[in-house]
Amino acid sequence: MSDQQIFADALLAADPVCPPGLRTWNQSDPGRRFGVYRNNVIVSLIDALADTYPVTQALVGEEFFRAMALLFVRAHPPRSRLLAFYGDGLAGFIQAFPPVAGIPYLADVARLEMLRVLAYHAADATPLQAGELAQLLADETTLPTARFSLHPSVGILRSCYAVVSLWAAHQSAEASAPLEEIDTDSPEAALVLRVGLDVEISRVPDSTAAFIMNLQRGVVFGPAVEQTLAADAAFDLAATLGLLIASGVITNVTITGSATS
Amino acid sequence: MPLAFGAAATQGLPVRSGVGLKPEHFQEILETRPEIGFFEIHAENYMVDGGPFHHYLGRIRAQYPLSIHGVGLSIGGESPLDGDHLDRLASLLDRYQPESFSEHLAWASHGEVFLNDLLPAPYHANTLALVCRHIDQVQDRLKRRMLLENPATYVEFSASTMAETEFIAEVVRRTGCGLLLDVNNVYVSCVNHHRDPYGYVRALPLAAAGEIHLAGFARDADAAGDPLLIDSHGAPVDQAVWELYRYTLECTGPLPTLIERDNDIPAFPVLLAEAHRAERMMRAEVLAGPAREVLA
Repeated sequence: MSDQQIFADALLAADPVCPPGLRTWNQSDPGRRFGVYRNNVIVSLIDALADTYPVTQALVGEEFFRAMALLFVRAHPPRSRLLAFYGDGLAGFIQAFPPVAGIPYLADVARLEMLRVLAYHAADATPLQAGELAQLLADETTLPTARFSLHPSVGILRSCYAVVSLWAAHQSAEASAPLEEIDTDSPEAALVLRVGLDVEISRVPDSTAAFIMNLQRGVVFGPAVEQTLAADAAFDLAATLGLLIASGVITNVTITGSATS
Repeated sequence: MPLAFGAAATQGLPVRSGVGLKPEHFQEILETRPEIGFFEIHAENYMVDGGPFHHYLGRIRAQYPLSIHGVGLSIGGESPLDGDHLDRLASLLDRYQPESFSEHLAWASHGEVFLNDLLPAPYHANTLALVCRHIDQVQDRLKRRMLLENPATYVEFSASTMAETEFIAEVVRRTGCGLLLDVNNVYVSCVNHHRDPYGYVRALPLAAAGEIHLAGFARDADAAGDPLLIDSHGAPVDQAVWELYRYTLECTGPLPTLIERDNDIPAFPVLLAEAHRAERMMRAEVLAGPAREVLA
């Protein structure tokens, strides 16, 4: 094993082992000094997770979050030099982490927070003007074959839990319902979208979320509507189109001429 | 053999002071247009597709000179340089055309794992060849001269056969890269390894110095109770580092000088005041320099 491999392994090891070959001017134990590197690595990565997951942290408390994050960091150190997106596996880790089994919504809150970070840094794109889009949507002959390009920041989360309410309760204090009044087992779907420089997270009907996901996968309009209706007869197409026009989710529409692709 | 570099690489930062650009200060900078020589960013923070970071950086860069400072290349690493990362760096430099690009004499990744810290390497013939090969590769790919920053370290290696300053001087000689002289790192490392920071500065290849970094440290102790300074970037520049900076200026003459602050980030005017202090010291050096030569 190479020297740097041994050094790297020791940085992430649970037991404070000191790699061989280190020297100190006063012959003091180099382990104490090596501990500075261990601390830098671990603390900076836990801090990165805390930056990305503030609501997840608030739901379990800082002390618990950092202890959990330490286990995550050791098991899943970054594979990318871009730390902004570090920890996209935290939701999966939480789901399989027995100590939080009693907080079943925690993993989905983490998923929502990662979608927020992805949206924040997503590519820029200009939404179609509402008037232009309304015109395209009004043409019943071409609409079924239209393929929609969505803003790169669009993220959808369909959860069995009240993720949007839980998230909103941790934003400005006056704007939303207090935490204790939230029925956490009430399913919610979230639309994540960057509008200008700000990421907005809004609650949408689950069928609307399913429809936007279809569009995001590149399904053309006609089949996207049929699939959504087949899964949920209550799908409100008119309201969904209103939302798409008003929100700036759509950046381009291509008439494909075929309603099967 | 040193490379020949194009005009973009030789224009350089203005001989003034700058501060590290932090998202907390984006709006204030655009609103108040502070009197400052340049801003410096960490390259990796801006390797994202779009959004507020590029929005603000584009506007700030349009009004100020820019230094791009990498923290993730792992030039001192045993692993080959990450070609994708080098490509991302090239795109970022192409987009913002910074006056300066710098990286560290350190490693930050091993194999697939990124460790997010600047880790130490032993100084001997093998690491010298490795570091020079990596710097050649960076300068070839980016088509510009880079500055290499001297590290802050907490341990040394039994395997080292060269002094750090000797190692850096040889890297500079072989690759033609410049030196980013981090005065805080000099002070931190010299306290940690019981050396004379003034002698360390004199032993560096000062003619290659293109920028100075100043930052704050934290105080700790080693297993014997001797002082161990931590390069925290989380405090004001220490008085001992200001004094070493003044001495460095006497040796090098005025150089672009950055106030680095990455943790416990204060209000922008606090950093601006430190930058202005550095600039006053540079001006004093310009005035005192000729007098010293007369006296010498």
